[in-house]
Amino acid sequence: MTVRILTGNESAAWGARLARVQVVAAYPITPQSPVVETISAWVQAGELPAEFIAVESEHSAMSVCIGASTAGARTFTATSSNGLAYMTEQIWWAAGARLPIVMCVANRSLAAPWNVLNDQQDSMSVRDAGWIQLHCRDNQEILDTVVQAYRIAERLNLPVMVCYDGFLLSHTAMPVEVPTPEAVDAFLPPRPAPLQVIDPADPRNIGPVVIADRRRDAGGVLRGGYMELRAAHHEALLSALDVVAETADEWERSTGRSTGGLVVQHRLDDAEVVLVAAGSLVTQLTLVADGLRDRGVAVGVLGIRCYRPFPVEALRERLSGVRAALVFDKALSYGYAGPIAADLRAALYGVDGAPAVYGAVCGLGGREVTPEALTDAALSALADARAGVRERAVAWVGRLSEEVSR
Amino acid sequence: MTRITELPVEERVLPGNRACAGCGLGIGLRAVAKALEGRAVLTVPASCLTVLGGMYPVTSVQMPWVNCAFPSTAAVATGIAAGLRATGRGEELTVLAMAGDGGTGDIGIQALSGAAERNDDLIYLCYDNEAYMNTGTQRSGSTPVGARTTTTWTGKRENPKDVPRIMEAHRVPYVAVTSAAFPTDVYDKVAKARSMRGLRYLHMHTSCPSGWGFDPALSVRLGKAAVECGIVILYEVEHGAFRLTGRSAALAKAGGALKPVDEYLAAQSRFRGLDAQAKAAIQAWVDERWTEALERHARGK
Ligand SMILES: Cc1ncc(C[n+]2csc(CCOP(=O)(O)OP(=O)(O)O)c2C)c(N)n1
Ligand code: SF4
Ligand SMILES: [Mg+2]
Repeated sequence: MTVRILTGNESAAWGARLARVQVVAAYPITPQSPVVETISAWVQAGELPAEFIAVESEHSAMSVCIGASTAGARTFTATSSNGLAYMTEQIWWAAGARLPIVMCVANRSLAAPWNVLNDQQDSMSVRDAGWIQLHCRDNQEILDTVVQAYRIAERLNLPVMVCYDGFLLSHTAMPVEVPTPEAVDAFLPPRPAPLQVIDPADPRNIGPVVIADRRRDAGGVLRGGYMELRAAHHEALLSALDVVAETADEWERSTGRSTGGLVVQHRLDDAEVVLVAAGSLVTQLTLVADGLRDRGVAVGVLGIRCYRPFPVEALRERLSGVRAALVFDKALSYGYAGPIAADLRAALYGVDGAPAVYGAVCGLGGREVTPEALTDAALSALADARAGVRERAVAWVGRLSEEVSR
Repeated sequence: MTRITELPVEERVLPGNRACAGCGLGIGLRAVAKALEGRAVLTVPASCLTVLGGMYPVTSVQMPWVNCAFPSTAAVATGIAAGLRATGRGEELTVLAMAGDGGTGDIGIQALSGAAERNDDLIYLCYDNEAYMNTGTQRSGSTPVGARTTTTWTGKRENPKDVPRIMEAHRVPYVAVTSAAFPTDVYDKVAKARSMRGLRYLHMHTSCPSGWGFDPALSVRLGKAAVECGIVILYEVEHGAFRLTGRSAALAKAGGALKPVDEYLAAQSRFRGLDAQAKAAIQAWVDERWTEALERHARGK
């Protein structure tokens, strides 16, 4: 183990390197580009024995990963923002084809208008595609999570998206413990054989048309239709709740570092209000909670590390007896609510003693999220909770008001 | 040139598949499969070929086959090739990307151009039935001028794009145009491509009774007629060296005279109602391309 000063992007690249990725395909986009620049330099220097394919679009980046993963290779890519949006068709394909691809997303806003800074609208917009989605609080977690992601992906034949905030983490350097290759090898075995093997002696038609009904195969065995495959996919994703948690535990046993499994918690004891978020905001919120606790206000933090599958049970358990949960989303389902807030509300619906769930949107397009604004939001949530308010409109944290015209 | 009696007897494209009766694609694919001797993995996007391949859990083609999204064929094939290399199987199988004209020259051209520029190690074969057939005969960039489709009800106004020339402009090691109506020409070109490395591009004309409107029994005859009137020119460009092949080479050798296009056009309902002026425009387009091909054949590049 060595300690290096790494940016989030370098941490992601180190994770891929330690995981001994075999095929990397990527296309540049801010703020992700340094991930693939770093990997390409290692490949060219002979330090990483992998195929690096500089494709002509993100659609092709994911397509190359799909092809290589189908052929049995461990594959990696990274993207952000419009790049992720552009590859959306293939994000669905990778998941439906049950390929254990790992992709980093350095979270960034979506155009129009152009804006290269951080929010989480990009990964949120593909949350339904059937990937496991893990969010990182800091650069150490990025490296640790990329390695864990391969373990999870290859156990379940599901792709994993490792998300971290653009610039806030991607371009911020901090000390990161880099494990030895031997330690990672002991944790992460080589990729097992794919579900369907490309073999001329036993030729298969991989990913063909599947109709609505069941059908018999050449041997007369009844096979499921499209719905059965989709149900199996959903069940695999739900079983990821255990696998993500177990894998984090195993990682902790092997490295001594806790990354959190499904959720990370901070000072939940007797909390009246719990602040909920994903990504680097969780780190920020722990400081806000500490400040409020110092003032005698009982505030805790619940960070969502695993956003898909959504850790319903873990959230219910941690939030029972709390007056209100205030969710900070760096994304919005336009015309409705922040995605995490909406999901949490649904998860708690009908649960006895469940807290009120308030939604707040912050940080869109890189708008600064200050500790003061977060503290004010927490205090106003507390006041509303004590007044028994159950429903609130989405609060905009850090939005400039009257003096600015559109 | 291989004779028809010399083709391997083993069939990897089984009869009774879901393609229409008389489909030129099925005929061409048989020859392609024979040339690959089963030592290949196919990459196939949404198209009539997907339908021919069959629906889960049965398949009509006895070769490993990976389906992919419509625009992604070349990139998925690049990935398969890289994945096979990375897992020590690079020498085991030829990677064959096989897509329709729409999947190649329209929605898939970005991925194809990228793979060609990188000279990725795969064969890309476009089968050209001159429209989006799988979705019901809409126009594509390969649809000939004058043809009626379900999005050009009065006949297409534009000439088709010349995708093989676009590929030549990438200076890939091998570009060839072939026709399913001449299975031995298909066989020889795929066999040659298989012996080479880098990106090898083949363009295979495949007659389509359902989309073009003619009697399925005449499918091969129509495919041949397209070559005999110069609508399709059989050639190959190997490391920059151009030569006509097969029937087109024979026509050149016999003095270069082509049949007029009229008979070919009249045989298909998609060209019904073309006036004399439109036919003359098509003939002029054919003559210009044929003259150019003859010149290139003579020059050898
Ligand atoms: C992104 C996307 N757009 C549209 C389609 C619908 N689609 C499926 S096949 C096809 C036409 C295929 O045409 P071509 O490539 O020429 O093959 P053919 O069907 O003629 O054999 C279209 C438009 C799709 N599957 N994916
Ligand atoms: S529509 Fe044309 S290309 Fe498609 S299967 Fe039928 S005949 Fe073949
Ligand atoms: Mg077509």
